[in-house]
Amino acid sequence: MSGDHSDATIAQRVRRLETLLEEKGVLSGARLDEIIDASLTGASPANGARVVARAWTDADFRARLLADGTAAVRELGFMEGSYQRLRVVENTDTTHNVIVCTLCSCYPLRLLGPSPSWYKSEAYRSRVVREPRAVLAEFGLELPAGTEITVWDSSAETRYMVLPRRPDGTDDLGEEQLAALVTRNALIGTAAV
Amino acid sequence: MADGDRFPPGTAVRTFHHDPPHHTRLPRYARGKRGVVVEPEGRAELADVSAQGRGDAPVEQVYAVRFAARDLWGEGDHHVVLDLWESYLEADEEGAAR
Repeated sequence: MSGDHSDATIAQRVRRLETLLEEKGVLSGARLDEIIDASLTGASPANGARVVARAWTDADFRARLLADGTAAVRELGFMEGSYQRLRVVENTDTTHNVIVCTLCSCYPLRLLGPSPSWYKSEAYRSRVVREPRAVLAEFGLELPAGTEITVWDSSAETRYMVLPRRPDGTDDLGEEQLAALVTRNALIGTAAV
Repeated sequence: MADGDRFPPGTAVRTFHHDPPHHTRLPRYARGKRGVVVEPEGRAELADVSAQGRGDAPVEQVYAVRFAARDLWGEGDHHVVLDLWESYLEADEEGAAR
């Protein structure tokens, strides 16, 4: 029911809906642009990277982030006014986390920006819950056989973000330099840092 | 945990095995499966009803529920966590005894 993400079909449907909303005087195009801008303003993986760098350098913040992700990222000014809950899941020496939305394409947009097209693909959504180790290997992430993998399938109002492991040899780096190391895929769990 | 949550963390649960003719957030691959509650996530309108455009959706607790890949797919050593509304779940007495 919610499996169709063919861009052409969706784009057509969206254009038609926009036209109808305007024709019927429900919403003007300008107002619609304002709403879209507001939801995307500042939405970037740089936000998630900042959160991670703070967690790597501030143990108290890290504890708060893992206990209540929404409240912790609000300390940094993210997810203000969002009705969604953020849950941050932490990678360790022995555990790895990866996020998906098998039903559609739920994604922590405000912290990670617009999602990559592969995240919305049938292939990723259907395979990562079934054979995550193989899928991660295709992303170039080979995990040791003993690493426990958890796949978080966002099926309600919680959005997930991965707290990657801080790489070795980064003790001398400051928060900004650390943030620059964190990629979008590391925040999804399809890469390490 | 808020009062009235039926399933505290660690509770063994089983998902319903239904196939409704409308939108649901219980994915097909997790129907009729055994899992363990990780944590309550807060209350939300039941999407099965609100997605039909009805204004009378019940508000229920949503739980993060952890499933072993072996129980979902018959193979694999990973786990999958899903966010599931309370009415998708029932206590799994057998699972609790395992």
